[in-house]
Amino acid sequence: MAIIQTDQLTRRYGRQTAVDGLSIEIGERDIFGFLGPNGAGKTTTILMLLGLTEPTSGRARVLGFDPARDPLQIKQQVGYLPENVGFYDDLTGCENLRYMGRLNRLPEAQAPALIEEALSTVGLEGEGDKLVGAYSRGMRQRLGIAELLIKNPKLLILDEPTLGLDPDGTNRMLELIVSLRRERGMTVMLSSHQLQQVQRICTRVGIMIKGKLVALGSLDELSQGSPGDKARPNLEEIYMRYFKEA
Amino acid sequence: MWTICRKELADHFGSIRFLILFCLILMVALVSTYMAATHVREALDGVSKPSQVFLLLFTTPGKFFSLVQFIAFFGPLLGIIMGFDAINRERQYRTLGKLVSQPIYRDAIVNGKFLAGVLTISIALLSMMLLLTGMGLMTVGVIPGIEEIGRLAVYLLVSIAYVSFWLGLAILSSVLFRSLATSALAAVALWIFSAFFIGFLADLAADAVRPVRNPRDPEKIVANRRFADASSLVSPAVLYSQATSTILDPYRRTRSNLVLTGPMERLSLERFQRPLPLDQSILVVWPYLTLLAAMTLVCFGLSYVVFMRQEIRSV
Ligand SMILES: Nc1ncnc2c1ncn2[C@@H]1O[C@H](COP(=O)(O)OP(=O)(O)OP(=O)(O)O)[C@@H](O)[C@H]1O
Ligand SMILES: [Mg+2]
Repeated sequence: MAIIQTDQLTRRYGRQTAVDGLSIEIGERDIFGFLGPNGAGKTTTILMLLGLTEPTSGRARVLGFDPARDPLQIKQQVGYLPENVGFYDDLTGCENLRYMGRLNRLPEAQAPALIEEALSTVGLEGEGDKLVGAYSRGMRQRLGIAELLIKNPKLLILDEPTLGLDPDGTNRMLELIVSLRRERGMTVMLSSHQLQQVQRICTRVGIMIKGKLVALGSLDELSQGSPGDKARPNLEEIYMRYFKEA
Repeated sequence: MWTICRKELADHFGSIRFLILFCLILMVALVSTYMAATHVREALDGVSKPSQVFLLLFTTPGKFFSLVQFIAFFGPLLGIIMGFDAINRERQYRTLGKLVSQPIYRDAIVNGKFLAGVLTISIALLSMMLLLTGMGLMTVGVIPGIEEIGRLAVYLLVSIAYVSFWLGLAILSSVLFRSLATSALAAVALWIFSAFFIGFLADLAADAVRPVRNPRDPEKIVANRRFADASSLVSPAVLYSQATSTILDPYRRTRSNLVLTGPMERLSLERFQRPLPLDQSILVVWPYLTLLAAMTLVCFGLSYVVFMRQEIRSV
């Protein structure tokens, strides 16, 4: 069964079309890379998948539910990391996690164990009692992932998870995502405009430019017909090619 | 909803601005009640004990103003301070996007915040009343009767409703305006307007609608005043002060200030009047309460509608 399925999903703002007839399908245990330059409509698509924005036309199904009709079911099982995620800076990391846990109706008795586990999964063990205001950018981003993990979601939707991270931080984030899929069988959809990363970890990618999906498939499929070395698919070439065409 | 309410409560009681404001209000209240108490005690010297003395503590102006007037003026500030950044603070910290993507209904966010505010207000006002009552007991030495306690309780309820109205208004402005400063300013502007300028405006409106051409025509004057009184009821501050003065002053039978009486006439009047019983007083202020509640609901409903339709982007 497809985890995410969209059918001619469209969203217009006034005369501008942010997402134009998007049809994609994301299967179980995929790491789907959603690529595109700024303003391509990645965030808008994600908001529609979560029912936070109404599509102008078209349909979407996430985990078998329609986001426009029962968003609560989706939100229960999907961990969404907004781009530039924020925290309550005057609370500690643990307190932030506990609040999210309560909002997800996690049993109070299990919470400490879940929080501890989530923190150690993202490599923040021992940092939970610091105020989030004192966290570095990389730590905040990892705390954001920890907040998703405490509810043990089936699907992670990460909007620019590596934004503003240094190369080392980026690597750790990517490894974390890969290990979540490997060890917990999670499906991941992540948006980005940084190609190299996506190339390294994604099983499938979709490239979106100005609201239109211009390419969809695995790296191998997409490299077919590209002028470079076929043995080592280079997404950058593909990306630049579509970019020039657009 | 309770989760949100709980967190907000903790936030309120931990926040420094709430503590500062509460201490300030408490201090002023203490001083003014103390002055009122001294007044009352002096006035009572050698006089046989009239009924309902205890309530005088709250309504007698000391040097500057009575406690009731004070709360009518500065209670709104308490509500505004607790509500003006309810929603847009979450926006500013970029936590709103996260909050709405949790499996909760969106209205639970507004509800939880409003409820937490109302609870905080109730606790603050209740503790203040208890403190003042205790102080009154010690300085004046009269024990309040059951009826007086009942009146104070009703007064407390009306006050909570009044401050809650301002809380609702502040939350509405926090939904409407993204910037914290704009939202605070908008709420404060409305507060100043309703507290200080409404009487003036009501006079203007009355003069326009029911002009008094002949200053000796009593009927016209009365009509003019009636209209001014009615239109100033648009202001929650006026609503509140009229409602509470009826509750706390049992000798008042009407809510209008049409009949002007000097202090001596009032004294002689009171000799022949029996105080209005509590249930009758409540009956008199009932419409005021309903109006106040309706206004709160309008604010609340508006914030609801606007917030539900707003697109939440984390950017
Ligand atoms: N509320 C809105 N009103 C009008 N236009 C909007 C609104 N939200 C988004 N847009 C437009 O929709 C387009 C897509 O925006 P979106 O945020 O989805 O892009 P993105 O792919 O996430 O870009 P980025 O990489 O910068 O995050 C943009 O051109 C933007 O101007
Ligand atoms: Mg985006």
